[in-house]
Amino acid sequence: MAKILEKRRLTPITQLYKIDAPLVAKAAKPGQFVILRVRKGGERIPITIADYDREAGVLTIVVQEVGTTTRYMGQLGVGDEILDLVGPLGMPLEIPAEGHIVGIGGGFGSAALLCLMRELRARGDTTTIINGAREKDLLILNEELTEVCDNLELCTDDGSAGFHGLVTDRLQQLIDGDGPGRPDSVVAIGPMPMMRAVTETTRGAEIPTLVSLDPLMIDGTGMCGGCRVTVNDEVKFACVDGPFFDAHQVDFEEAVRRNKMYVRQEQESKDRSECMKLAVGQD
Amino acid sequence: MPVKRVEKTPMPERDAVLRSHDFGEVNEGYGMAHAQFEAERCLRCQDAVCIDGCPVRVPIPEFIHEVAKGDMRSAAEILRSSNPLPAVCGRVCPQEVQCEEACSVGIRFKPVAIGYLERFVADWEMEQTDIDITANLNRDEKVAVIGSGPAGLVCAGELARLGYPVTIFEALHAPGGVLRYGIPEFRLPKDVLDWEIEQLKKLGVEIQCNIIIGKTLTMDQLMGEMGFKAVFIGTGAGLPSFMGIPGENLNGVYSANEFLTRVNLMEANDFPNADTPVMVGRRVAVIGAGNTAMDTVRVALRVGAEQGLVVYRRSVQEMTARVEEHAHAIEEGVEFHWLTNPVEILGDEDGWVTGLRCVRMELGEPDDSGRARPVPIEGSEFVIPVDNVVLSIGNKPNPLLLQTTKGLEANKWGCLVVHDGSSETSKEHVFAGGDAVTGAATVILAAGAGKDAAAEIHQDLSAATR
Repeated sequence: MAKILEKRRLTPITQLYKIDAPLVAKAAKPGQFVILRVRKGGERIPITIADYDREAGVLTIVVQEVGTTTRYMGQLGVGDEILDLVGPLGMPLEIPAEGHIVGIGGGFGSAALLCLMRELRARGDTTTIINGAREKDLLILNEELTEVCDNLELCTDDGSAGFHGLVTDRLQQLIDGDGPGRPDSVVAIGPMPMMRAVTETTRGAEIPTLVSLDPLMIDGTGMCGGCRVTVNDEVKFACVDGPFFDAHQVDFEEAVRRNKMYVRQEQESKDRSECMKLAVGQD
Repeated sequence: MPVKRVEKTPMPERDAVLRSHDFGEVNEGYGMAHAQFEAERCLRCQDAVCIDGCPVRVPIPEFIHEVAKGDMRSAAEILRSSNPLPAVCGRVCPQEVQCEEACSVGIRFKPVAIGYLERFVADWEMEQTDIDITANLNRDEKVAVIGSGPAGLVCAGELARLGYPVTIFEALHAPGGVLRYGIPEFRLPKDVLDWEIEQLKKLGVEIQCNIIIGKTLTMDQLMGEMGFKAVFIGTGAGLPSFMGIPGENLNGVYSANEFLTRVNLMEANDFPNADTPVMVGRRVAVIGAGNTAMDTVRVALRVGAEQGLVVYRRSVQEMTARVEEHAHAIEEGVEFHWLTNPVEILGDEDGWVTGLRCVRMELGEPDDSGRARPVPIEGSEFVIPVDNVVLSIGNKPNPLLLQTTKGLEANKWGCLVVHDGSSETSKEHVFAGGDAVTGAATVILAAGAGKDAAAEIHQDLSAATR
């Protein structure tokens, strides 16, 4: 059980949680994730670690309410307990190229850049964050992200804030020398189409790029093999070998297809959770 | 006096057609009359060779004699003092290659049904309300057990009995390891497992779920700031193997671990009441012929498959599944394709499984395992139309602990290295046993390893305090 200490709505479907999880917070490193379960009979879902405070023993995660479990999660309030929370899982992110590192966050994916960019800046890298969303109101954590990097670039599809266009358009400008300049390394976290577009943008320019894959997972410890992805023609388990992989080697088509395996069941479960308003947080 | 009867007293079983649609237990268990009738067959040999066949050395003739006399309380005491998981072992042990294979009655007749009797005694104990197990933790040295599968549970139970405060760390949200996520309810009901674990807790064993040693906490933290004086590693073999044939990442392909975990741990059979689904089409092919393969194909039938198939490159003689599980699978209508080796999983344009391309095999010279080596017959390729493929071809030990623990040696297969004839690892005061050491094996071998390790830990800690 892990108690929710703070909760803040970031967008109509995204909330930030600060959770009392001292062991996880103490062990967590950028790029890792937790698995949580919010009710008896509930799923185990992976959630990227956004930030941690080792001293206070507090873990920060951002959850987008898109499926059954994340919606149940959204009903939990401050003081409620998350039934099960385990982590940190996955390999910590290793970014080889020192220099100018650009973190690109799409939608709620930007949250994971918090701890990552702070640590990179602390080790002496120049850090740029491109925080992108469809529109101004969907951009999250602008204030917090400003504090952890050297340059924060906002990007909206409709131009309601910052750069008018896709994150990849802005990335291309950087590669061409605009603003903070060409990245030595890129990390992208966000929806699959966005990560895929980033990958294609950096491929020609030969800029090392990492993406965070989020395949379906059960245990998160390598036991089920459900999260297998193909990277450089090799099968990897995202839970133990990832979740970050060399973007230019990832078989995105397969990853997208595998993530859609349960679309029908996910919808059925979601419809049901909506009309039943089942109790959450109870064992 | 022992009574000479050729046949075992049969185990009452539920009808195959009915049971293959639910998760109720297949074997219904003996009644008192069955048990006494069967117990009479035991010869009470002076040199009880059956005990040598048992990895946890249950004093078999002693407890069976008490059953014959009708003194169930004594039978239960004898059993529990030697095996902390009798209700589990009575259900899932391969007795036919252990105690019952050694049984002297078996020389001329069918051996005594030791497993059925063990289960009967444990089930009797489960129904008693006046049997009180109390903790007596009189040792100061804390011991950590990593993993709550059969090795870890037995090791913890034995240590608690010896007076040590033991904490088990479990990665998943519920304890039991493979007993929970692997073995389906129709062979081992969750209530039975929960009861066994409850007994261990009464002995003083503490279980902390959702903690992964190697991730949440390191071995150094356990033995340093947390003050554990010894550690037992029972992390099992939980990294599924794949064949490396084309099509393994198609939608509808599972490892047996994933398929079974979805149902056994996550209750996918109760979807959408439970939130985790499992995808089962009309025809499900399981590759492999061990106990896990039998469990998998029988679970597939129970979650809606019309046809369950087992595809194995060797013949029925080389199958590693228990005879009973194989027989139950046949009764439930499972189709067996022996000497059939899958070479490719076929899919449609959307990436969903449509079939399994196989080649027929014939048996050749014996291989390293002593079993006849299957050799492909040229030009014999054919396709079995299926909607799902589940790979049940074995597991390797989980690497998470090794990744972050200095001084812990493993061999090239990832199995922990222990000193000959012992459970001591390369790291001081750290012991290991079960599948983490041997690679995938059986519940009872893991239990035996856990029991042996507990004795060694006791010796190690007693020497340290002297």
